Amino acid sequence: MALTITQPAAERVKAFLDNRGKGVGVRLGVKTSGCSGMAYVIEFVDEVNEGEDVLFEDNDVTIVVDKKSLVYLDGTIIDYAKEGLNEGFKFTNPNESDRCGCGESFII
Amino acid sequence: MALLQIAEPGQSSVPHQRRFAVGIDLGTTNSLVATVRSGVTETLADDDGNHLLPSVVRYQPDQTPVVGTLAKSHAVTDPFNTIVSVKRLMGRGVADLKSLGEQLPYKFADTDSTVPRITTAGGDVSAIEVSAEILKSLKDRSERTLGDELVGAVITVPAYFDDAQRQATKDAARLANLNVLRLLNEPTAAAVAYGLDSGQEGVVAVYDLGGGTFDISILRLTQGVFEVLATGGDSALGGDDFDHAIAEWIMPQVGLDESTIDPSIARLLLREACKAKEALSENDQVELDIELSENQRWFGLLTRDQFNQLVDPLIKKTLMACRRAMRDAGIEKNEIIDVVMVGGSTRALRVREQVGDFFQQEVLVSIDPDRVVAIGAAIQANALAGNDPDGGMLLLDVIPLSLGIETMGGLTEKIIHRNTPIPVSRAQDFTTYKDGQTAMAIQVVQGERELVSDCRSLAKFELRGFPPQVAGAARIRVSFQVDADGLLSVTAKEETSGVEAHVEVKPSYGLNDSEIETMLRESMDYASDDMKARSLREQQVEADRVIEALDAAMAEDGEDMLEADERDTILSASELLIQMRQTSETAQEIKLAIEDIERASAGYVAKRMNASVQKSMAGHKVEEFTVEEEKP
Repeated sequence: MALTITQPAAERVKAFLDNRGKGVGVRLGVKTSGCSGMAYVIEFVDEVNEGEDVLFEDNDVTIVVDKKSLVYLDGTIIDYAKEGLNEGFKFTNPNESDRCGCGESFII
Repeated sequence: MALLQIAEPGQSSVPHQRRFAVGIDLGTTNSLVATVRSGVTETLADDDGNHLLPSVVRYQPDQTPVVGTLAKSHAVTDPFNTIVSVKRLMGRGVADLKSLGEQLPYKFADTDSTVPRITTAGGDVSAIEVSAEILKSLKDRSERTLGDELVGAVITVPAYFDDAQRQATKDAARLANLNVLRLLNEPTAAAVAYGLDSGQEGVVAVYDLGGGTFDISILRLTQGVFEVLATGGDSALGGDDFDHAIAEWIMPQVGLDESTIDPSIARLLLREACKAKEALSENDQVELDIELSENQRWFGLLTRDQFNQLVDPLIKKTLMACRRAMRDAGIEKNEIIDVVMVGGSTRALRVREQVGDFFQQEVLVSIDPDRVVAIGAAIQANALAGNDPDGGMLLLDVIPLSLGIETMGGLTEKIIHRNTPIPVSRAQDFTTYKDGQTAMAIQVVQGERELVSDCRSLAKFELRGFPPQVAGAARIRVSFQVDADGLLSVTAKEETSGVEAHVEVKPSYGLNDSEIETMLRESMDYASDDMKARSLREQQVEADRVIEALDAAMAEDGEDMLEADERDTILSASELLIQMRQTSETAQEIKLAIEDIERASAGYVAKRMNASVQKSMAGHKVEEFTVEEEKP
């Protein structure tokens, strides 16, 4: 099981963490909500939950995923993208089978 | 798919529930928009990467207005249709224009309206409409950057803006379809950007030196709220004057005279002067190489010392304004705990140095002085939109609905009116209604309606145990105090005995904006019904009081003092009033009945008065009733 973060995304995460002044990495997860099943979660991590979380290192960034989310996220690539003036993190998840029109939530 | 931002731990929002809010610095010369994303507060750029939007709007026939850099490039060639510095006109009436007249190149339309309208090729426009165009452009930029609609914006205004100017700014936002979360004073925004609102309480000075204006504000921070103690400044002093000073220093050296100089050469000199000024923030000296004409070049050297000499008189003028503002605020230099630097011209090292010397401390310069106001506004907007886990307690800046108490007859007596800025404290005196009354129930209500039943009850408490006196003799002072956190405390105190009772309530608790709006709208819609209801209740209360007083008097001495027929007249008038009190729906009928009873009992009242005077004078000499001279 693994997750990948691209170089540009890793740079952004590091910059945001530096600016924030604290935090050990970035947490990725899913939660059940949204218009079409599940939604992605991306948060700063201050504390790792022993026993629940799995840690990955990629491009010098610590990625924290809880075990329940990991089954939905295995193989996901996190990238940083720019669309017009908008920019942000983008999830490419091989487990996704469909998503709502706006792409904020998905189903397996 | 949607592009995501990193949230604080546990703060991830449900899809489509993210609440984007921005801070807008709506400036005289330039405007900016900023937001908080992934924990970073930053100003937003347009497609070309420019953060600053020139506050310039150009109107053309049958075209949507052009905003920003493109409009600015026409400011000189098409001055009538290109509106600059519209902020100076915000909230101004036709009469105010005369005092501003000479600075404004525009043609004003002759209208009956009190709001001046500028005639342009695209039609007549008001200052509000021009500002709305600028806001629309920033709103569009924000929504494209954030990829979603905005829940609202915090817009900054100068601390000295009056209510009309603030209202005009809000109107402009409404025209731009932008929800205003709050108007924030510019110096307050700058202080918020440095996080001073969560820091030590005390006095903060905000020194704002822009291109053409200088503002100094003295703020006091208590419980997270900034109160403006004093403002001052000079609306015609700024960094442009620094450029002029340098250009005037160059002129004699190249053999030019200000009075005869060619305008294009003057502009060239100013441009070079500005460049030199900016370079001196980095270097100790700057070499000047100016091509005056094809065969005339001038080489010069401007050292930092020389530059300092040139601008010192200008900086001194700003410091004089600082001294005045401190005097107005009644503040000494040593009371000021922080000095915030705002405006591009505070990049000049000499300004920082002199201001630091003046206030005897290090000045705050770590945030880009052009953006600091927008950044502070964005932080506030983020907290107001509910995205900031630490900003859970939202400060109310004004009272959204009036606060008052219930008086006899179920009527509302407003003690603090809506839109009163907080913190605030108001008191009003009330009295007893019945003889021998020793307790009073106090119901605290919120709302604009006249009847308590139409308002919202916040709390009820009783003041008990004050000495019995005749009706109207007790003095009960009810004090309302709303602190900076929006917390209301009500105290009732009987002044002669000192008996006191107290209650605390949170006035805005559980009321959201739409409920407040509904309550306000109802107070308008039912205004005339309310007025009728109030006067009916007032007359009913008066009738009760008259009947009660009459009954008490009749029981006491009615038999002795009145002839049988007199008594009958009074009693039948009283019966009529009691009936009216129960059945009549109009205040006027009850009022007439009260007048009848007063007429019928006039003789009786006079007799009682005489008897009472005689009783109190019995056993005293006349001398005792002469006015004694006041003794110290």
